[in-house]
Amino acid sequence: MEFIQTLLANELVVSILLSLLPLVFIIAYALVVLYTEMKVAAHIQDRVAYMRTGWHGLLQPIADMLKLLQKEDIIPDKADRLLFRLAPIIAFVGTYAAYAVLPFSSIYIGSNINLGAFFLVAVGSLVVVGILMAGWASNNKWSLFGGVRSAAQMISYEIPTAIAIIIVVMITGSLNLQDVTKFQDGGIGNWVVFGGPLPWLQKLMLMPFTIITFFILFVSSIAEVNRTPFDLPEAESELVQGFNTEYSGMRFAMFYLSEYANLFTVSAVGVALFLGGWSSPFGTFMSGPVWGLFWFVAKAYVFVLVQIWVRWTVPRLRVDQLMYVSWKVLTPWLFVCLLSVGLILVL
Amino acid sequence: MSAVGTYFYNIFRSLYTVVVGMKITINHLFTRSATVQYPTVKMKIPERARNRLYVNIDDCIGCDQCSMACPVDCITIDTIKSTPDVDLGLTSKNTKKRLYVPRFDIDIAKCCYCGLCVWPCPTDCIVMTDVYEFSEFDRKKLVYSFSNMTSEEIAGAQERLKKYDEEQTAKKAAAKAAAPITPPPPKPEPPAS
Repeated sequence: MEFIQTLLANELVVSILLSLLPLVFIIAYALVVLYTEMKVAAHIQDRVAYMRTGWHGLLQPIADMLKLLQKEDIIPDKADRLLFRLAPIIAFVGTYAAYAVLPFSSIYIGSNINLGAFFLVAVGSLVVVGILMAGWASNNKWSLFGGVRSAAQMISYEIPTAIAIIIVVMITGSLNLQDVTKFQDGGIGNWVVFGGPLPWLQKLMLMPFTIITFFILFVSSIAEVNRTPFDLPEAESELVQGFNTEYSGMRFAMFYLSEYANLFTVSAVGVALFLGGWSSPFGTFMSGPVWGLFWFVAKAYVFVLVQIWVRWTVPRLRVDQLMYVSWKVLTPWLFVCLLSVGLILVL
Repeated sequence: MSAVGTYFYNIFRSLYTVVVGMKITINHLFTRSATVQYPTVKMKIPERARNRLYVNIDDCIGCDQCSMACPVDCITIDTIKSTPDVDLGLTSKNTKKRLYVPRFDIDIAKCCYCGLCVWPCPTDCIVMTDVYEFSEFDRKKLVYSFSNMTSEEIAGAQERLKKYDEEQTAKKAAAKAAAPITPPPPKPEPPAS
């Protein structure tokens, strides 16, 4: 960062440049995940997905994106035009803001603020506002249902997510994701999911609780990005894609991109909090700023792959089941974890 | 089971079933896909599959049976009688051909691939082939003409038939004029019973 700063000698240009970096990353990453998702989905169902555009359909995501860019931008007649236009932007801004606190590498983090984890939870909720807005502005009953469901779901699942983050913060003693990652540096044994770099007795006692917490964070993160089995807001079979039924062209692409970017965000948060972020699993071997970026993205990508795998396995939950899972299973179990971790740390 | 037991049992069961499902999907992820890359790779079609019709016009005797069997009237056959002085040759089944077939059209767009036209054919000249890719941009191109007669040949055949018919009628008239009108022979008495 300092290097670029001295190179350009202009703080404004540098900060704009650095804040644009994640956007470049999101677009490149969205193309890769679009391709992976379609391929994994197809092969799970014994199909082959696209094969004609480029070698094994490698160019298909680019073609899809070009198509979405060219499409006509339709606003329904009876829609609330201002909200309709604003909704995808807010949804994307909410997603993009979260990238500010993701520690991509030991030398790159958009904004090294002390409230990183808290900031994440806060701006994550902004996406719901965008979705609810889209559902309301479309003036379409399916969209409205999707928006309302999304709001209910997000409010329920923010709580387990927040508590899971609190548990990690209790162990690491910092809300800054860069510090959380540094705390876990030095090999696979130091990762928070295995108890963190604490005395071995404490570590052993912490391990079951951290593993449960990690698992619950994973489940609630799937719910937060509205993917199967928690894809009630966009349930294509009952709500015709829910809140984005009326969207087309560029605005639809914004929602789409925000969904995939969000997918990476929750994976990255899971990685940064539990799986050592950019730190190498082999201690000092293969570690460094560039390797850091590699490890961070690779770990998050594995996470994303598992989410895709779950998506194409598990059917959708009912609304009451969704609420049951959040309020009666995840939250109580997390409270137990919270108490136990607290007690173990005090001992 | 007590309420608490049910609660824990439900959690265990949901996790267990998800794991079972995910095991199945990961197995399928690494099995060979069932897709056949159609235009480049084609599946073998069944032996008795019914597809596009083909008519071996050299064997056709113009009996019109296929056209009558057709439930959607997609076969149109015109015939011209041949005169005794021409020999149309034999079919592959050694039956004598007596009719010219100037028109044998099959509107394959109407065809329902029932195969009912194939069985009545006395010379086995209308058959189902294994060709199934014959889409066209113009519907008129789907009317297949199987007749190999040129318009001159058709005109010639019609001319000859007309001349022959005229000759015949003339002959008949001449015979009628020459022979005295004889009453038809009396009907034989029905045998007494």
